[in-house]
Amino acid sequence: MILLVTTAPGGNLPKSARELVTVARQLAGGGPVAAAVIGPESAASQMAEYVPQVYSLSAAELEPARAEAVTAAVQQVAAQAGATTVLMAANRLGQSVAPRVAVRLNAALLEDVIKVSGTAGAYEAVRYSYLSRVTETVRTVGGDATVITVKPNVFPVADAQPGGSVTSVAPQLDATATRVQVGQRSAATGGRVKLEEAGVVVGGGRGFGSAEAFAQVVEPMADALNAGVASTRAVVDAGWRPYAEQVGQTGKSVAPELYIALGISGAVQHLSGMNRSKVIVAINKDADAPIFRIVDYGVVGDVNQVGPALTEAIKAAKGS
Amino acid sequence: MKLITVLKQVPDAEARIRAGSGGVDLDGVTFVIDGMDEYGVEEAIRLREAGNDVEIVALALGPARYEEAIRTALALGADRAIHVETDTDLDPISQARVLAQVVQHEGADMVLVGGKQADWDSAALGPALAEVLGWPHSDWTTKLELAGANVTVEHDTDDGHESLTMPLPAVITTQQGLNEPRYPTLPNIMKAKRKELAKRSLDEFGAGSGLTQIVDQQIQTRERLGKMVEGDPATAAAELVRLLQNEAKVL
Repeated sequence: MILLVTTAPGGNLPKSARELVTVARQLAGGGPVAAAVIGPESAASQMAEYVPQVYSLSAAELEPARAEAVTAAVQQVAAQAGATTVLMAANRLGQSVAPRVAVRLNAALLEDVIKVSGTAGAYEAVRYSYLSRVTETVRTVGGDATVITVKPNVFPVADAQPGGSVTSVAPQLDATATRVQVGQRSAATGGRVKLEEAGVVVGGGRGFGSAEAFAQVVEPMADALNAGVASTRAVVDAGWRPYAEQVGQTGKSVAPELYIALGISGAVQHLSGMNRSKVIVAINKDADAPIFRIVDYGVVGDVNQVGPALTEAIKAAKGS
Repeated sequence: MKLITVLKQVPDAEARIRAGSGGVDLDGVTFVIDGMDEYGVEEAIRLREAGNDVEIVALALGPARYEEAIRTALALGADRAIHVETDTDLDPISQARVLAQVVQHEGADMVLVGGKQADWDSAALGPALAEVLGWPHSDWTTKLELAGANVTVEHDTDDGHESLTMPLPAVITTQQGLNEPRYPTLPNIMKAKRKELAKRSLDEFGAGSGLTQIVDQQIQTRERLGKMVEGDPATAAAELVRLLQNEAKVL
């Protein structure tokens, strides 16, 4: 049995959940697929439009999600479903929980995969390594089960196959599972599309010279394109933008259809978070900036001038 | 209290890596201590400098060449080091089972480990280690404060950040933003040569041969068009939009 696990931020299934359905169906090859939905039961009902057997885990201890509590809940459902393959999105929560689940199930872990095939006990997956410069193939060669985290925004979202049933599961969480106390939380992004789900990403670097200039150029362009906003490490370090926007080795890894790099010089650490984008555009005043080595289209110029001009041109094109 | 910082030695981020028939070819590459792990070493030193009675033990699992990275950690301020030496490329879950034995034997109060490894692009070691030890963990930590038998942290989540309080012992995965790591000074580099570096063999830990195996590695860079668009801002912008619409078809 293949079990996919997802949370439901804001009570809704994230896009990554439907991507997991695609992977689960692919691996099941017509066999049974189940889903565990951590969140309100309404989100589990949404999942029942895609997956025949849905386990709904709705408990105060699981909101906000904490690694140990989610791990215990996943272990419980995996046992109940008889699952030997567990799929999660390779977002921060998934990357925090999946290794724990793997240890608990004595499972092999395939991390952040962009392709996966095979059958339980002998999976083969493709993933990136060496700061996303290497594409590697990894095979499971041991363990009683397999835990797989799937890179978001890579697999297509699944079509609906309505008629699934929802089983409510009361998670049995002991004191250990709930010992981490969550204090203040902040959600950094406003109404804008999530960076890791965005088809277009506008990234900004130190080339803007100030936080104000960054916001004045990047935000309108992102709005015009319904794009996510990304920042380099230098920008985040300078306090111009929140960590949640950081793309690179220490931040998020994105691979949108279009990545527009504004005032980004192109340090390897940043490139590792976006070098798999389908089309890359860069605007930078330094013609020798390393970013130009990986662009499809480049403009040598001041981002504070070319940036707004590009936003206007995009608006004009979209309006036509 | 005893702090263990887990280290990896990885190719320098600027190093040009190649792939041969046997996978990534690291011959002639400059290796450095993984930048993500440096934040952990630095944080341990800062906890000591803040007046805590702290012993810092650097712990590494990897081939003989790792010794250089371990010496760097000793030069930065670690008191002693343990090197589980092996040429086996053990997956992070299996590594966690080995490292946990050392941590347990040492009786550490906190383990600091880099949030994501610059060679395998893996974020699994910290959480897996915490699970084997039966400890709580904080991933992607940007701030850390000791508070009696607890540690309070700030860490990044998928859509922002949050603060967590957890009982010690705990595993903390480190990243940029936690601190600004220092450079080792020459006198400290000299002193580090005399610090204790205990060698252990992987065979002592019953590790087995691992749960996953890398069967192929390719350097795959996408073919890029590399077209430079010229002209004044308005002209260049208009041309760029035309190309994105008609040629790249992404607008």
